[in-house]
Amino acid sequence: MPLTPVLSAHWDEADSYTLDGYRRHGGYDALPIAFAQQSDDVIQLVKDSGLRGRGGAGFPTGMKWGFVPQGDGKPHYLVVNADESEPGACKDVPLMLANPHSLVEGVIIASYAIRANHAFIYIRGEVPHAIRRVAAAVREAYAAGLLGSNIEGSGFDLEVTVHAGAGAYICGEETALLDSLEGFRGQPRLKPPFPAVAGLYGSPTVVNNVETIASVPSIVANGADWYTSYGSEKSPGVKLFAVSGHVERPGIFEAPMGTTMRELLQWAGGMRKGHRLKFWVPGGSSVPLLTEEHLDVPYTYEDIAAAGSMLGTGTPMVFDETTSVTRAVTRWLEFYKHESCGKCTPCREGTYWLVDLLRRLEAGIGSDTDITRINEVSAQIAGRSFCALGDAAATPFPGAIKYFADEIALGTHTTAAELFDPVAATVFTGVNA
Amino acid sequence: MAISETTRAQMREVLVRYPRKRSALMPLLHLAQADDGYVSADGISVVADLVGLTDAEVTAVATFYTMYLKQESGHVRVGVCINSLCALLGGDEIWDALVDHCGVGTNQTTDDGTITLERIECQAACTHAPVMTANWEFLDDMTVAKARHVVDDVRSGRSVQSTRGPAVRTFADAGRVIAGVDDGLVAEGDHRDDRMLAGLRIAQQNGDADRSAEAERQGASKVKGR
Repeated sequence: MPLTPVLSAHWDEADSYTLDGYRRHGGYDALPIAFAQQSDDVIQLVKDSGLRGRGGAGFPTGMKWGFVPQGDGKPHYLVVNADESEPGACKDVPLMLANPHSLVEGVIIASYAIRANHAFIYIRGEVPHAIRRVAAAVREAYAAGLLGSNIEGSGFDLEVTVHAGAGAYICGEETALLDSLEGFRGQPRLKPPFPAVAGLYGSPTVVNNVETIASVPSIVANGADWYTSYGSEKSPGVKLFAVSGHVERPGIFEAPMGTTMRELLQWAGGMRKGHRLKFWVPGGSSVPLLTEEHLDVPYTYEDIAAAGSMLGTGTPMVFDETTSVTRAVTRWLEFYKHESCGKCTPCREGTYWLVDLLRRLEAGIGSDTDITRINEVSAQIAGRSFCALGDAAATPFPGAIKYFADEIALGTHTTAAELFDPVAATVFTGVNA
Repeated sequence: MAISETTRAQMREVLVRYPRKRSALMPLLHLAQADDGYVSADGISVVADLVGLTDAEVTAVATFYTMYLKQESGHVRVGVCINSLCALLGGDEIWDALVDHCGVGTNQTTDDGTITLERIECQAACTHAPVMTANWEFLDDMTVAKARHVVDDVRSGRSVQSTRGPAVRTFADAGRVIAGVDDGLVAEGDHRDDRMLAGLRIAQQNGDADRSAEAERQGASKVKGR
């Protein structure tokens, strides 16, 4: 499989984040192509391209746009979910740093398609430089007449507001994000109604991930056939893969859907010298881990699901044999406990119990009953929580025990630190005495 | 403490970007915090007045989000990512070293008021692990030695250069940027590091990117280079 830089094609240019840098390579050329079509035709084009949500759930983007009722007399909104906070996910922030105008152009086209005249880009608060780059791109677009009234003589008006969060993973959940954007605590809403019908301010709203929206201009410019020439029938197109962890050269690799972890690992220079793969997590901590036997599974929504995990954000975290799986899972659960919004009992109480039980195993004072109870509590959270964050919290342990039951059981008598020297897992062993 | 006239003006500027006032609550709280170093009772009152809510309603929101502080921050908040991947790759060792080096624990401030240490969650920079932040600017690919160096520089008033971003700003300045106030530093910092360009460089070596460019020139099958 070749690499296919599209969104990342010009990140090696110093000014790739500016309007000039973007326009140098055909930036905003998709806009007149979109404006020459009816809004519904743009939706159909995105449907035909098969583009699926890159935030994790993989919902077909064009279908989501098509759910927005038309002629309903209400204002419509586009909200970009730029709250990238999933452990392991690191693709949207790099995109916003290096190529924010692809996002802005996508926002204009998507808003035109769903007939929204106000769009919001909700960026997590902890990334001020990404905020600078996106805000500057929006300002440049306004100054160039690409935003505001009667854009490029199309008769289409669009205001864009760049909004920053304040440190809450839950706001990556689309309805919690909307509550947050309305100025409330970021807690999820009951669905249905879905945002497409009753979203921001009770109006029809599309919430899409950064990479999803940024992919739209290239689809409009090159056509649905171009996009579907990559990937599989159910998972077409290209995607930003971000490989992190115990590899020689971690980084961003833009490649077709259907690329395998073995290929990604090769591009990343393989495992760090002298070490071997233990497990990898294909798409953020909210999806079950996989092992060496899954290296040839194509990175498509359907194939990763068939292998027992999920594509998620498509940002694999790679761990070698120095890693304590108990320690990794405990830390992920501490994250979910910290980020639980407290709205529903299974997640709020369940994550508390999971952390307590997992810490016992990490400390080598767990029992067989603890392991049974972790499985029970996970089962009580999964499917019984208010939103996907709860389900996500119930994912890491069942995923881990499937492949590492023997190792986890050692936590009934031996600490994780004795089993796996933490210093050996660091990437700077020996560099700092 | 009182909210300055400059900050009030910035609040009014931010307010008009939203179709409904209440939606401006979060940026306004970031601005209030920039003035006081935390979200003070005064700050809450000013924000509540501007958006037309009670102090209690604003407090209920402010206490939900971890970035809004209940006590005054040190000049520079030094964060160490302790989520699984960063922790394993060295974040835990860095954290222990900084606690030892600074003599304070999490969310505590050094006696000189310069540094508040914070255990932070995933910063969307896992390709650059272990990751730290200083007033939220990235400090990528950290080691124990580099982490101590950052702290020493902050404490002796030297400028700290972030990775992929500008020199570390004051806590107040960072808050204003997050609230949406332009500080003119968009061009600072270079995003073009080995991790960001890992795939692109291989594609260029293999000629993958060239084929795309060739197609673009020929206009035969126009591959939009973005």
